[in-house]
Amino acid sequence: MNGMQFLQHALTGISVGGCYALIAIGYTLVYGILRLINFAHGDIFMIAGYFMIFSFAVLPFPIAIIVTLVLTTLLGIGIEKVAYSPLRNAPRMSVMISAIGVSYLLQNLATYLFTAIPQPYPEIPGLKLRIEIGNISTSFVTLITPIITILIVVGLLYLVNKTKMGMAMRAVSRDYEAASLMGIKLNQTISFTFAIGSLLAAVGSILYFTDRSTVFPYSGSLPGLKCFVAAVFGGIGSIPGALLGGFFIGICETIIKAIGLSTFSDAFTFIVLIVMLLIKPTGLFGEKNIDKV
Amino acid sequence: MKKFLSLVLTLVMALSLVACGGSGSAGKATSGEKVIRIGVFEPQTGENGGGGIQEVYGIRYANKIYNTIKIGGEDYKVELYEVDNKSDKTEAVNAAQKLIAGKVSAILGSYGSGVSIAAGEYFKEAKIPAIGCSCTNPQVTNGNEYYFRTCLLDPFQGTVMSSYCKNHGYSKVAVITQLGDDYSEGLGGFFVKACEKNGIEVVAQEKFQTNEQDFKAILTNIKGKEPQFIFAPSSIATAPLILSQARELGITCQIGGGDTWENGTIIENAHGAAEGMVVTTFYEANPATATGEEAVFLKGNGNGETATGFSDYLVNVEKQPKDIPAVSALGYDAYLAAYKAIEAAQSTDGEAIRDALTKLTFTGVTGDISFNSDGDANKNAAYVKEVTDNKFVFKEIVKID
Repeated sequence: MNGMQFLQHALTGISVGGCYALIAIGYTLVYGILRLINFAHGDIFMIAGYFMIFSFAVLPFPIAIIVTLVLTTLLGIGIEKVAYSPLRNAPRMSVMISAIGVSYLLQNLATYLFTAIPQPYPEIPGLKLRIEIGNISTSFVTLITPIITILIVVGLLYLVNKTKMGMAMRAVSRDYEAASLMGIKLNQTISFTFAIGSLLAAVGSILYFTDRSTVFPYSGSLPGLKCFVAAVFGGIGSIPGALLGGFFIGICETIIKAIGLSTFSDAFTFIVLIVMLLIKPTGLFGEKNIDKV
Repeated sequence: MKKFLSLVLTLVMALSLVACGGSGSAGKATSGEKVIRIGVFEPQTGENGGGGIQEVYGIRYANKIYNTIKIGGEDYKVELYEVDNKSDKTEAVNAAQKLIAGKVSAILGSYGSGVSIAAGEYFKEAKIPAIGCSCTNPQVTNGNEYYFRTCLLDPFQGTVMSSYCKNHGYSKVAVITQLGDDYSEGLGGFFVKACEKNGIEVVAQEKFQTNEQDFKAILTNIKGKEPQFIFAPSSIATAPLILSQARELGITCQIGGGDTWENGTIIENAHGAAEGMVVTTFYEANPATATGEEAVFLKGNGNGETATGFSDYLVNVEKQPKDIPAVSALGYDAYLAAYKAIEAAQSTDGEAIRDALTKLTFTGVTGDISFNSDGDANKNAAYVKEVTDNKFVFKEIVKID
């Protein structure tokens, strides 16, 4: 492997990692608030891809992007209202099973409505522009993905740490009963969290699918799983952790494929999960779980 | 009350099961006419769902044209019994058992060799002949006297592609295959073997996982080896990704695939990156010179939904684009083979139909079809098509010795 090839691989890895990070943040936010692993998150990401295809077909692209973001956000809130909020006081396991149910529902609904034939993802003007620097050849979207990801994370950290809504979110995540006694509107805060998670999934979906040009009903499942691992790796519940986890998984995966071990690239991701759970179950930035009596 | 209700519900369910079991094949249908069932073992969902359903279209169309059969002087209605094997080897076994329980007389399918191999043993045990449409791996029919097929074989396609490279003077080639996929590894393996024989150097052999969406890492490695041709037999979901990511990385050489790649969705999904790619294929529609069965397939038989040919049937009945996928033609031929064999056997019994298949010779849409001792169709040439101006254009016929 020469230097140019190394740079090319690094670029690929960082770009994939950026997309993973955006999805992983969705897992982390929801887990932080509800202690729920939202297994449907990867499929929301996939449906966002279909939203883009259909809105792009009838609308000019800036509006199509906005429509996609709005629809995906509404989908996330809707799923929370229908499948999770009635189970607010049920055991955590029931909510998790409900989440798995939603995941399969979305996949099969997509297969039923759009067939398993991969649908072409629209080309957003400018994003697919090919850029060549020396021997390195890449597209504009590959370059901007990590930048957008980092900007979003900075904004998100500001939102969570400095605003009133963020304070409410943090309060709910600590102890939602106490928070609601203090006058925080529980349902509103949870909906808001799902809205942000889904919005990020939509942004991630636009960046991810622009680079991969097709959407099919199962295109959300593997990225979803990998990003879940990324979130656990970084410490589920922690936003910087999810960012780091996403980049880590993306870069490692690319390196493994680059050295000719594609066979193990997926296996590696899940080995990371197991090893992390064995040596540091709370992840890199996870909070220590202190059981209050 | 609740107990009573659940008891009633249980009874209802049990009764409905009994009712299901009652409606076996080769018996009397409700309208009083006799029915013979042909099973359709195809993926309609999952990884290969897109291609599988295209085969089903061809089969359904053939069923509409040849819908009754005379056995022993009595008219039998031919009924299709479709099951979905979900592109999954475990699901394939369930689907196969469903077909056997449904008492079908013959089975058509499947798209994807892996599921056919998984189900083959069950068909053999139940003594029901199966006719594959586009499953090209040798293991499908090897050692299974109940499996036949109407298409070329993997080794053949890989060898054809290698001959194509030789004819065009390529001396350095690369191969990309999908791990654990019998079709992809089959074609790739035979391509490599044939290249060694033809004196073509294989500079890179890369593999990827099922459902992989990022090929940049392996493509970057391939780019460094500077091949003149990349052979990447894989699914239609994978093709546009490999093509567009290769072009994005600045790989300019020709890229080729197997028969699965001959699919309009790839051109559409690759956004222009498919230009110049080549595929081997089983069938080339040419309405101008079509005669016999091909004319029926392309121009219809003047009746109802099949009046004006398969292309119109796709648009009007199945709500699909009008381009004819090669696998639909193979599906049609597989149905026809089953139909003719039943006619020749004059029986609904699996063993009799199998014996008839071994002796069968007929002209289908994709040419003359007879089966050799392995159950494979006798063919020795393949069509190579190239994408020009976003269309598959017939390029040349490649023959092998």
